[in-house]
Amino acid sequence: MLLSFDTATSLVTAALHDGQDVVDERLSERPMKHGEHLAPLIEALLTDNGLVRQDLTAIAVGVGPGPFTGLRVGLVTARTLAHVLEIPVYGVCTLDVVAIEAIDTGAVTGDFLVATDARRKEVYLAAYDDRGRRTDGPVVARPADLASDLPVAGEGALLYPEHFPRGVAPTRPSAGWLARVVAEERAELLDPEPLYLRRPDAVVSGPRKPVLPPA
Amino acid sequence: MSDEPLVLGIETSCDETGVGIVRGHTLLADAVASSVEEHARFGGVVPEVASRAHLEAMVPTIERACETAGVSLRDIDAIAVTSGPGLAGALLVGVASAKALSIGLGKPLYGVNHLAAHVAVDQLEHGPLPEPCLAMLVSGGHSSLLKVEDVTVGVDPLGSTIDDAAGEAFDKVARLLGLPFPGGPHIDRAAASGNSVAIDFPRGLTARKDLERHRFDFSFSGLKTAVARWVEAQQRDGITIDVADVAASFQEAVCDVLTRKALDAAQFHGIEDILIGGGVAANSRLRAMATERAEARGIRVRVPRPGLCTDNGAMVAALGAELVKRGRAPSALDLPADSSQPITTVVA
Ligand SMILES: [Zn+2]
Repeated sequence: MLLSFDTATSLVTAALHDGQDVVDERLSERPMKHGEHLAPLIEALLTDNGLVRQDLTAIAVGVGPGPFTGLRVGLVTARTLAHVLEIPVYGVCTLDVVAIEAIDTGAVTGDFLVATDARRKEVYLAAYDDRGRRTDGPVVARPADLASDLPVAGEGALLYPEHFPRGVAPTRPSAGWLARVVAEERAELLDPEPLYLRRPDAVVSGPRKPVLPPA
Repeated sequence: MSDEPLVLGIETSCDETGVGIVRGHTLLADAVASSVEEHARFGGVVPEVASRAHLEAMVPTIERACETAGVSLRDIDAIAVTSGPGLAGALLVGVASAKALSIGLGKPLYGVNHLAAHVAVDQLEHGPLPEPCLAMLVSGGHSSLLKVEDVTVGVDPLGSTIDDAAGEAFDKVARLLGLPFPGGPHIDRAAASGNSVAIDFPRGLTARKDLERHRFDFSFSGLKTAVARWVEAQQRDGITIDVADVAASFQEAVCDVLTRKALDAAQFHGIEDILIGGGVAANSRLRAMATERAEARGIRVRVPRPGLCTDNGAMVAALGAELVKRGRAPSALDLPADSSQPITTVVA
């Protein structure tokens, strides 16, 4: 049984895949509560499907890009759980998961983009061909600098319709599709390393500044 | 084989990724990965840098702790983790990892208070805590006086800093003197060859008028400014600064206030045991002064060895083991990381 989850957007999505197809999928209710919602969702998926932790054979996790704090909750959970259960963990670029769903559900037929919310008035964006293969990105930038008339899946089109007028489904990553992507190896399988794309905000301290208030 | 609980503790409230393993009061492993070097060039802890380092260090540190302890994760009876207070993003990495361990092992999870863990750690060195005891926790993030009746139930805050934490003052003064971050150990070393009465730096909140409202509170920002003024005045007059004397005199002022207030609080509440914890408790002058002054008043002082005073996983495991032994209820899986978890909440 493959357990999959993604915490690279404001909500947590988690699913189980039995090797044939997705058997259950859950979505957290409140945004920005990754730390609180992920573990109970995993526990509920197991319990409600009559499974025990030893039934899990692999873990799939979205590696972003996405807001860092939530992203790390998913990755540290995946790494720790895989370590303690001694099972493999596969990372997938979160935008790839959105792309494969868009292709397989017929929402797009030719070249297209996936854009998600990077906050600070920016988006994470990648480009895909008509078979869902990533041809460029992911990058983080201002929507105006990436404006396109191509179809755009992901929340980016909802947030910035002036720059991405052709919004298509899906608007957020699904753990069910993440599981399918891994089970069928539809995208590049990565180590569970976060795709931050941004450096930490920090200023190297210069020479000592006087601590005295101006006289 | 002992029937004492085998507990794994995780601590990620600041820049150290700590994983400790204890069996009852026996320390089996205390693995720590620190990102302090990465912060040194920023002159202080950068939360995002710390959080990234926690993610990378988490599983390797768990592995190292198990190896050192000679136990398998499957043998662990319970998981404890610092749920607060601390840096929100940093706490979250530890809490999420602890939940994954709890699910993966099918064992209970305890989200515990960082400050209570600083108190509980002394059990690993000196056995069961005296009840009640007066705990003085001093570090870069906190400076508090606490009355502890039962560390697994609750802790009574008596006083705390009204501005900078004691450790913060050490860092800032070290920076003024051109000493590296973190400042504590460097000031301690520099002070060893200095004259502690060379400069009469102020003792915050010790004047009669302050004692009414702030009898058991601390203030270190005035002291920090006084050191800065003194250093700048010397520089203006072209006098070379005697770093050792400044360090020794500053350190003396901090330790004097801390010790005085701790003893006063203990006597006021009729408590005969003082426990000192937190990174500043590693300071050699504080340890010596507190022990000497307490002895004169018939009060006992316990200070864990320096390695257990700074943030570590063993302290979290120690508190976890005590919670298990006393049959306290574990936390739920939706346990939040609470950056401002109050000291009165021992288990979240
Ligand atoms: Zn601490």
